[in-house]
Amino acid sequence: MSHAHLDVRYVANLARLELSDAEVTVFQNQLDAILGYVETLSKLDVAGIEPTSYPAPVFDRMREDEPRESLPLEAVLQNAPEQAQNQIRVPKVIADA
Amino acid sequence: MSLLSLRAQLRDGSLTPAALIDDLAGKIAATDGDVGAYLSYDLAAARAEAANADLSLPLGGIPIAIKDNINVLGQPCTCGSRFLSENYASPYDATVIRKLRAAGAIPFGRLNMDEFAMGSATENSALQTTRNPRDLTRIPGGSSGGSAASVAAGSALAALGSDTGGSIRQPASHCGVVGLKPSYGRVSRYGLVAFASSLDQIGPLTHTVEDAALVLQAIAGHDPLDSTSLDLPVPDYTAELNDGVKGLKLGLPKEYFGDGIDPAVRAKVMAAVEKLAAQGAEIVEISLPHTEYAVATYYVIAPAEASSNLSRFDGIRYGHRAANPGDLMELYRRSREEGFGPEVKRRIILGTYVLSSGYYDAYYTKAQKVRTLIRRDFEQAFEKVDAILSPVAPAPARKLGEFSDDPLHEYLSDIFTIAANLAGNCAISVPAGTVTSDNGSELPVGLQILGPHFGEAKLLRIARAAES
Repeated sequence: MSHAHLDVRYVANLARLELSDAEVTVFQNQLDAILGYVETLSKLDVAGIEPTSYPAPVFDRMREDEPRESLPLEAVLQNAPEQAQNQIRVPKVIADA
Repeated sequence: MSLLSLRAQLRDGSLTPAALIDDLAGKIAATDGDVGAYLSYDLAAARAEAANADLSLPLGGIPIAIKDNINVLGQPCTCGSRFLSENYASPYDATVIRKLRAAGAIPFGRLNMDEFAMGSATENSALQTTRNPRDLTRIPGGSSGGSAASVAAGSALAALGSDTGGSIRQPASHCGVVGLKPSYGRVSRYGLVAFASSLDQIGPLTHTVEDAALVLQAIAGHDPLDSTSLDLPVPDYTAELNDGVKGLKLGLPKEYFGDGIDPAVRAKVMAAVEKLAAQGAEIVEISLPHTEYAVATYYVIAPAEASSNLSRFDGIRYGHRAANPGDLMELYRRSREEGFGPEVKRRIILGTYVLSSGYYDAYYTKAQKVRTLIRRDFEQAFEKVDAILSPVAPAPARKLGEFSDDPLHEYLSDIFTIAANLAGNCAISVPAGTVTSDNGSELPVGLQILGPHFGEAKLLRIARAAES
């Protein structure tokens, strides 16, 4: 798992994260050091080992799919940065024809 | 004062819930200018609840302070982040809060933390510096630094924290209080702002082991709103608390006592081990052979889960929104740039990278497989011993600001605590004395006791013996 170069700007874009040039420089060095350390995992042979997603002996116990009360509209909207007509307002997402 | 003696005073009328709230507010005013554990507290709301307290309940009228990543209806929930510090008020109670209220307790006060629980010094809080009450030049530990510092300063009777890689146990160790991370699935995570969903657990930070048992009793159990909370009976955690350790087998993992641990810390931990041996416990050396891979495994899995969980902070439904964005994409990008601090950004980038096409199997799947090996280490160890003893942190609390530019160095100090999160075990930090620092202060050292999945009752019993 020799890590290819982590391109901080490219990956930050995948995560929808704007970064300053100064941040890119600092993070690049720090993340290279962290990924270099993570390379220690390559010493281990894990052929045939099952991955662990959750550490509990049993999990994903589903509840009955029954209707139940949800948050009232005003409780949902109270934290929205911008709202109008009982809806959350966002910049226009449809291009002009 | 212990929660049981407070309860007795409340019940016999020598103390009222209102007086208790006012007393705590006085202690916050007296200590928190220096310590900085609290981000906010709503005295009027707590007084109103105190007026209606049902003192017949197990925690009736007892205020409990809450880490600022657990939702309490109508209160702030900043997660130590600018992203949520401007205008967020929780629209609902987390399940642990609902359960605390059902047990009669009063959630009172919001405690500082590393931003989104990422850190081990509380220095990653974007909002406030928290200092260690035992030495104000030093960190309280983290990420539940406010929780540990408030209990240590006496400005909280008990607190809730969350533990993803040691975030309850390490600050408890640094501040000289008790900190319990329950087994994965023991306590509902509904209403805890998610950092790494397969690692996070809520637990108590308290003055005594008995107090930790009482708070765990109130918050444990299955919750239909968290499918990872297990539907197993909740035992009486105080029933066998004083049964002692005679005849129990306790393991010392040789990998946890090697190089890299401060000799003074090692000496305190070994003194605690000898104390348990003197009470009749049998001490045996064990091996957890994959310990050296725990930090690398954790720093793939935790950032991966964090990058996914934190995608919800997009500036649309709650939290910070950048001003005058040109389009939706710019709104996302700039809101996140402005709202998140550097450690959160680092982990989002790292997590996004290890989950990205072409790297997923090499990093994420590989780490999940190593996680299985780490889990098996513990399963095999618990076939031989009742519990495992170790240090909590390799050194006592460091000075504020010492390692702020070296995240990897900070990550490596998590070595003794993160395996319990990867494996899902329960684990507790109990005070094991102090060491003298170079500036002459007495710095607490914790003993970590690790138990098997859902082994909290015996874990607390051993912790009680270590504390007495």
